[in-house]
Amino acid sequence: MKKLSDFFVGEIGVIAKVDGEPKIKRRLFDMGVTPGTEVFLRKKAPLGDPLEITIRGYELTLRKAEAERVLTTEVKRNA
Amino acid sequence: MLKFALAGNPNCGKTTLFNHLTGSTAHVGNWPGVTVDKREGLYKKLDSPVSIVDLPGIYSLSPYTQEEVISRNFILNEKPDCVINIVDVTNFERNLYLTTQLMEIDVPVVVALNMMDMLEKQGDKIDAKLLEQRLGIPVVKISALKSDGLDQLMQVALKATRTVRKGKTVLENCEISHLIKDVTVALDGQDVADPLFHAVKLVENDELEVQMHPNTIKTVEKFKQTYNNDLFGTDLEALVADARYKYITKYYSPALTKNKKGIQVTPSDKIDKVLTSKWLGIPIFLVILFTIFHLTFSENLLYIGSIFNLPKIDDTQLKEGFNKAVLSCFYDGAVYSPGVILFNLMELITGSVFGFITNLIESAGASTAAVGLVDSVFAGIGGVLSFVPQVVFLLLLLSILEDTGYMARVAFILDRIFRKFGVSGRAFIPMVMGFGCSVPAIVNTRTLADERERILTIRTIPFFTCGAKLPILIAIAGAIARLFGSVNADIITYSMYVLGVAVAVVSIIVMRSTTQRGEISPFIMELPTYRAPSAINLARLVWDKTKHYIEKVFTVILASSVLIWFLSNFGWDWKMVEIENSILSSIGKFVQPLFTPLGFGSQLGDNGWVFVVAAVTGLIAKENVVATFGAIAACFIAGFEGTEEGALEVVTMVSKTGITWQGLIAFIAFNMTTIPCFASVAAAKGELGKGKKTTNTIIFWLFTSFLTSTIVYLVLSWWWTSFIVVGLGVVTAIVLREYNKKHPLPPQSSKQLENLSVNGCNSFTCASCRGCHKYKNK
Repeated sequence: MKKLSDFFVGEIGVIAKVDGEPKIKRRLFDMGVTPGTEVFLRKKAPLGDPLEITIRGYELTLRKAEAERVLTTEVKRNA
Repeated sequence: MLKFALAGNPNCGKTTLFNHLTGSTAHVGNWPGVTVDKREGLYKKLDSPVSIVDLPGIYSLSPYTQEEVISRNFILNEKPDCVINIVDVTNFERNLYLTTQLMEIDVPVVVALNMMDMLEKQGDKIDAKLLEQRLGIPVVKISALKSDGLDQLMQVALKATRTVRKGKTVLENCEISHLIKDVTVALDGQDVADPLFHAVKLVENDELEVQMHPNTIKTVEKFKQTYNNDLFGTDLEALVADARYKYITKYYSPALTKNKKGIQVTPSDKIDKVLTSKWLGIPIFLVILFTIFHLTFSENLLYIGSIFNLPKIDDTQLKEGFNKAVLSCFYDGAVYSPGVILFNLMELITGSVFGFITNLIESAGASTAAVGLVDSVFAGIGGVLSFVPQVVFLLLLLSILEDTGYMARVAFILDRIFRKFGVSGRAFIPMVMGFGCSVPAIVNTRTLADERERILTIRTIPFFTCGAKLPILIAIAGAIARLFGSVNADIITYSMYVLGVAVAVVSIIVMRSTTQRGEISPFIMELPTYRAPSAINLARLVWDKTKHYIEKVFTVILASSVLIWFLSNFGWDWKMVEIENSILSSIGKFVQPLFTPLGFGSQLGDNGWVFVVAAVTGLIAKENVVATFGAIAACFIAGFEGTEEGALEVVTMVSKTGITWQGLIAFIAFNMTTIPCFASVAAAKGELGKGKKTTNTIIFWLFTSFLTSTIVYLVLSWWWTSFIVVGLGVVTAIVLREYNKKHPLPPQSSKQLENLSVNGCNSFTCASCRGCHKYKNK
């Protein structure tokens, strides 16, 4: 399983698990970051952190610290 | 009267809909979190008027941010006759997530599919019939921006109020549906309203619910002892959220047919690629910020005047008169920026009108006292009135940033930098708003989830020099340039803005290592699609703000000017005296020594008190500072006529007091960093609550302004004192660091909470946790 924080820009994966502090986990769930969903790393901020991802058809930003808790499978480059 | 509530995700168009339905002019922006409190208006196109309540945008009905609690409590306690759930169809699944929670409440719900125009533009289609069938809730297609389908929406909502709706859940077929059913039955037996909603929340171990139903939570606790899910363990909150999304993807998503599959590159993405790119992102932000201020107050637009060495207006062959007066509003050896042109035109108008009235009064043979009063009041309000268009122009430029969606990107770009100082990028949005006006900026801090971050942000917002402080800056910078030559007024103005930001940064760092220690809150934020700013929106803003400032001029500033005239013309024996013996001067002289280290205290001699008085009147409203100078100048010089951006008033003050330019700059610094206006203090109190937090905040502002201003005065007057200042700064930093190393914060959150959650506790802090018996048993 690959952490979302280890993604290269342009990579796409399927979320397998979301860990971490309940409050943050709940927030991520509320925003649609749930197991089984496709997640795409769109870009990194100019200083490398936070990240911008596309999920469920919209753009979401989160820090590497939060992305570390998102574990994914089937990671590949978006054609 | 019927009451309809508008509920939906942040930035889904609720406020736009609200404005169209009620004819209101509430502020709209393009970033999540513009509306932070509920507001009401009337819809009058049905047989009888309906009250419409615009609730703050929320992603969920969880209890984690204040807006969520406000919306949730409103729907549960005030029982609106119908909840209109606005769903942004361009962001379908995430918006329906809230719908699945709203429909658990026993209240009529109507789904409004908003942004249909955008969807059609993308070539996507939505099957509203199918969705309606599967949701079991009426569905109406609308476009709030284009006012499409609004009347139909209201008709459907009206019809919905006539039915009684029982809560329904999409969790019926999930693993824990029987637990939800058991708890619902138990709550229903206790005559709890909305049993289904509360049951689901109890299962999620929602802290508000656990407090309300301490007995029923035991059922859930008992269940958890024997339950274990492969993926979520006993974390039912996660399980429920996941089940909702699974249901949405399976049953609701088919209603939406996308034109193109996969991830698309839209025009918005192309813009974004440049604006947030690795190398250009930050420089572009700085250029945009500079451009905003340059357009607002530069007297040398794009430096055309310097580049082409254009002639001064007096060197031309133009005759004195109307034409020259108008031309000089736009040009004098350099082209003025739009902000300055607006100012000049307004000044020309107010100057002519006031001059005309004064002449009229004088020729009617009014007494000297009456003429003095009129002069004083006109100098006061005139100085402020002239600034109204320029300040509104600045607000307009800032709100274009909000409207286009760039503001959210600024948070994205700068989060890394701001995190170093101790706040998240999200906190930077209210700070930038502070350049316009502190009041809405302070109220907006509600969107920040972390209490400490909110306090920090509220305290530092006033350091982002607001529009009302602009007159002080420009007047004094203008006077300094006039009197002491060779200094460019623009440079002083820019550096004072920078000073304000620097003070903000330093105070955030200091507070983060002293009174407000703690972890930086997470940064999980939606980035809205870019869109062209809406002309109607901007026009509305200009109108609202202009009205607001003009009202202020003719209420607060007018009253203060009259009061200052009275206090500076009368002695304690209520007889008219020279200004030197007036009540105002004796009060001013009393507090004057306090300001000696700041450069405008005792060293100024007899008339030095005017600066102290101006600063004190500035606590009511910052515009008062220049108004006070005007009113007092009119007392010094009979028939005084300002203003040239208030610079002449300040020049008069300088000649009467002998203040140095260092003292003048320290005076600006003091006004910029001290307690902001009454309105901001009230807003801060509203957010922080009565008591210690507010008192400490006021003390903090006073302390910061004295310190900053003293440093500015000392360093500018005697350059070698900068070594002392830097030395003391370094020592303080080291002491704080060592102290914090020796007294680390009690290990908090993550690790500890993770362990707890494995043991069955879902609450996010131990302090608020009341239900976790396993923890207590340990």
